[in-house]
Formats: sequence, structure tokens, C-alpha cells
Amino acid sequence: MTTSTDIRTQPAWRYLLDIRLRLWRRNLADFWAELRKHPVALIAGVVILIYILAALFAPQITAHDPERGSLRQRLIPPAWEEGGSWTYPLGTDGQGRDIYTRILFGARVSLAVGLLSVGISVIIGLALGAAAGYYRGRLDSILSRFADLLMAFPFLIFAIGVMAFMGPGFTNLILALTFKGWVEFFRLARGEVMAEKTREYVEAARVSGQSHTRIMLSEITPNIMQSIFVLATLRMGFMIVTEASLSFLGLGIQPPTPAWGSMVADGRNTLLNAWWVSTIPGLAIVFLVLAINLFGEGLRDILDPRLKIE
Amino acid sequence: MRLVKVIERLLAAIPIMLGVAVIVFVFMRMTPGDPVDIMMGQGGTVSEGEVERLRSEFNLDKPIHVQLGLFLSDLARGDLGNSFTKQQPVASLIGERLPATIELAFGSLFIGLLIAFPIGILSAVKQNSLLDRLSMGAAFLGISMPSFWLGIILILIFSVKLHWLPVQGRIDYDAGLQTVTGLYMLDSILTGNGPALISSLKHLILPSIALGSAVAAIVARVLRSSLLEILRSDYVKLARAKGAGETTVVMKHAVRNALIPTVTVVGLQVGVLLGGNMIVETVFSWPGLGRLVVEAIFNRDFPLVQGAVMVYAFIFVAANLVVDVLYTYLNPKIEM
Repeated sequence: MTTSTDIRTQPAWRYLLDIRLRLWRRNLADFWAELRKHPVALIAGVVILIYILAALFAPQITAHDPERGSLRQRLIPPAWEEGGSWTYPLGTDGQGRDIYTRILFGARVSLAVGLLSVGISVIIGLALGAAAGYYRGRLDSILSRFADLLMAFPFLIFAIGVMAFMGPGFTNLILALTFKGWVEFFRLARGEVMAEKTREYVEAARVSGQSHTRIMLSEITPNIMQSIFVLATLRMGFMIVTEASLSFLGLGIQPPTPAWGSMVADGRNTLLNAWWVSTIPGLAIVFLVLAINLFGEGLRDILDPRLKIE
Repeated sequence: MRLVKVIERLLAAIPIMLGVAVIVFVFMRMTPGDPVDIMMGQGGTVSEGEVERLRSEFNLDKPIHVQLGLFLSDLARGDLGNSFTKQQPVASLIGERLPATIELAFGSLFIGLLIAFPIGILSAVKQNSLLDRLSMGAAFLGISMPSFWLGIILILIFSVKLHWLPVQGRIDYDAGLQTVTGLYMLDSILTGNGPALISSLKHLILPSIALGSAVAAIVARVLRSSLLEILRSDYVKLARAKGAGETTVVMKHAVRNALIPTVTVVGLQVGVLLGGNMIVETVFSWPGLGRLVVEAIFNRDFPLVQGAVMVYAFIFVAANLVVDVLYTYLNPKIEM
């Protein structure tokens, strides 16, 4: 990136881009400095990173097949237990599949579901919330009533209902989670836009003749992204637990594809003689969700202390 | 005046309930294949005439808006249709299972609050102490732990290893309990059946912990943070200045006011309890509404699923209504 900012030798767009990039870099440096003051959030961030890398490189990390096992290798205990072996560090399940391998591949499902469901919810919630908060009027009252209506369903019940009617599978799972997932982002974006709209910079942009769409996109949205980002992180853990719960019930990801929730469910049949089959995949969920929640909490302290009202 | 406001809130809940019913209806219609196709898919051999008869029995031969109208008018009369698989009215099936679910919900709420209150209060009073840090850490863990996994861990420890508590069910088969309300603990007391009371209590403990721990975690955090705010306020300082003892200050002045935000959060937790009960009932083979729904989903028994989802939403709306009313009574600042 060039650091020259001589306005006479550069076209205007280049100059603006340069300023943007520098601002970005400074913000990032500030953020990093702040994050270092929150050691718990930093460690949580590292844990999340490890999960992401494990998911991405699962085929390189392990030599076993996540979906096929050998019946002769059924219910081998973890390596540290009597009868365990380092070939299967976390033991095998009732079908002789390596639990460690299935956890690595299961991370793909959990992270993909978390990212996609929250990502889509953010896009829908932000777009509708910004429009409702900016234009108000009938659009706002219709959208707000609809959001209130969806709030009348407990989240998991709604997701279970949707999965029941649409059938299991990855796409339906994402749909089930986003059908109601956008509401929180809608409410946040709507409130934030309503507050931002009265600020001077929006007035200024309006006076300078910018269109409403432009004001929303390039003036207001960047200013509310921090709180949206914080909420998104905190919702991610929730979505992952919800996916695991659906898969546990058999309504989410279908076997033989490894998903942590269904792995815990599989282990229930062998709970009496093989505790590890259920317990260990559950720990994978707990660690990831705990890390995401702690990271989100740290982010909130750094980016948006106002949100700290529980 | 207050009564008028309460009635106003009740009336405001009606459009919400109506909207809930419409949403459920729309979802049901979005399902590929109509109910008759699904029933045929269950493996029965049915003649062409029979199909027509069934279609008209389910009103599937009428236009969609007429179907919606009929659906809503049936609903208003408490008629949720008939179960495909059990050949019984959905309303009575739900009614049979509801007491078990209510008992579990109350058990979980009780355990949740039993854990949350002392922890929330102590952490606020001894802010930044080791106890505070540990309990807030535990609260984080409670929020991050899926209830189905916690349930399994509890079974492993207390049932499989220690043999202290039963693995599943609501009561021992030989307890000989006469049911009155369907709430087994209450029924045991009403009929003076001591062994049944102990048996049902033992069965209730683990599922209630599995379901109640998330509630405990969230309520403890809210109680702590609102208490911290109140303990710094002027009227608490005044109470201290007037020489009130610390216990009086905390319990009488602070906790009472911290209850206001806490009650709101408890109301929202009812949603968590309702959703979680499907999971926990499955883990502990608890014969409640949640298990009925999960079974119905696998049997593709749509009237049953639809009825139950609606009942869940109605309970949630009703619970929040109760909280709303309670909130206004707790907070003297709100003239209802």
C-alpha cells in the first residue's frame, strides 16, 4: 500500500482509498492493543482459531475416515484408559469410527452452521432493520409486528417445528435457524438507525444531497456495525448449540455425516460401558461455545460497552 | 385501574396468538405433500374413494382461505384436530402429557432460582472476590453447555456411577400413586403417599438440574449486575448512613429492587425451558409434551406437531403476560 497522500499527484479515489485503508489499519491496531488487555478474550480467540484450522485441515490432520469404521474396532476406549491406543486417541464409537476424526469433521458442520446462520440473519436483519428505522411509517410497523409475532415462539421450538415440516438436512437447518434468527439483528439495527438518524453527520449528508440509500449504506451502516458484530458473535454460540440440539434429536445433520449433536446421541446407547462416545463430542461443543461466548463478551467490552445490560 | 391494564394486556395477546396460529398454518401448508399423501405414506392401502373421503375430512378439497378460516374456528373451540397415528384428538393427547412437562418446568425453574439467588447476591456483595469470579465462570459454563450433554453427564455420574438417582421416567412402577392432577409430587402429597413423593422427587432432580442450569446461569448474572448497580445508588448509601445493617441493606433495600429486571429475565427463560424440555425429556425419557412432539415428528404426525407447537407458543405468550403483570406490581413506579 502506498503511503503517499499528495493530493496533487493522485486521483481523488486513490486518495480516499488511501485514507480508508489507513483508518482501517489504525482501527485494527487499536483493537489489537485493546484485545491484549483482555487476556481471557484473547485466549478464547486463539481457541476459536484452533477450531477453525482443525475444521479446514481435518483431512490433513487425520488418516481415518470420518464416516466408515471397522466393526472389529468397536468401542475402543481413549488412549489414556486401559485398552486404549494412540491410533484412536479419543477412542472409537459403536461402529468402530475414530471419535477424534469425527470431531474434527464435525467442527466443519458446527462452524459452517454458526457462520452461515448468523451471517444470513445479519444481512436480513440489518437490511430490514435499517430500512424500518430509517423510513419508519407503515413499513416499520408491519416489520415490527411481524418480528413481535416471531418472538412469540421460543427459538428452539420454532426451529424444531420448521425442521419437522421441511425435513432434515443442511440447507433446511440453515433456513430453520435464520427464519427467526434475523429478528434480534432487526431490532438492534432498527434501534441504532433510529438513534443515528438524528445525529449531525446524517443531517450533513442529507443537506449535501446524498440519496437515502447512500446515506444508509455508507454513512449510517458503518457506524452501527460494531454493535451488530458484537451481537453476531454472541449469537454464534447460541446457533451452534441449537444446531447440536437439533442434530441430537435427529432433526439436523443426518448420519453418517459427523455432527457433534448426533455423535452425543449415538453414544447414549452405549453409555453404560463406553462413557467416551457421548461425553467427548459434547466437550467439543462446550469448549467451542464457551470460547465464542467469552470472545464475544470481550468484544463487547472493547467495541460496545453500551450493550452491557445483559 | 390495575385490573383495566391487566385486561388490556390480555386483549393485546389475542392478535399475537392469532398470528402464531396463522404462521403455524402457513408452515403446515408449505410442507411437501398434503396430509393424506403422508398418511398413505404410512403404509396403509387405501382406495380412491377413501382418499377423497379423507381429503374432505381434512377440508383439503376447499380453497386455502376457507381452510384457514376453518382451522382458526376449530382452534377457537379448542379443537386441534386428530392425530394421524394415535387416532385421538390432539388436544386430549397434549392434555395428557402436559402435567409432566409442567412439573418438569417448575422443577427446573425452582432449581434454577435456588442456585441463582444465593450466587447472584453473594457475587454482587463480594464483587471481584474469588467466589464472585468462580461463580461467574460457572455461569458462563452454564450458558455454554448444551442441556442434552449436561443431562448425559448427570446420568453418568449420579445414576451409572453412584446409583443415587434413577436414569429415566417420572416415578417407580411400584409406587402405587393415584393421579389427581397429573403432577406427581402434588398428587403424592394430596393422597398422602410418602414413598411416591420420594420416588417422584428422585426422578425429578436430574432433569430439573439439566434444564434449570442455564436458567440459573442467566438469572444469576442479571441479578448480580442489577444488584451491583443498585448497591452504588444513593438510596442504598442513605440506608447505610442511617445505620442500617448490611444484611438489611442488601436484602430489604437492594434485592427487592433488583427483582424487577430479574423477573423480566425469568419470563424470557420460560422460552428456554419450553424449548429445552423437548431435549431433556428425550434424554431422561420423561413422558411429557416434548417427547410426544419428538415422536410425532418422526411419525410425520403433523396435526400433533402443529398443535403442540401452538400450545408451546401460547404458554410462552401467557408466561410473558404473567411476567408483565408481575412486573407492574413489583415496580411501584409504573402506574399500570
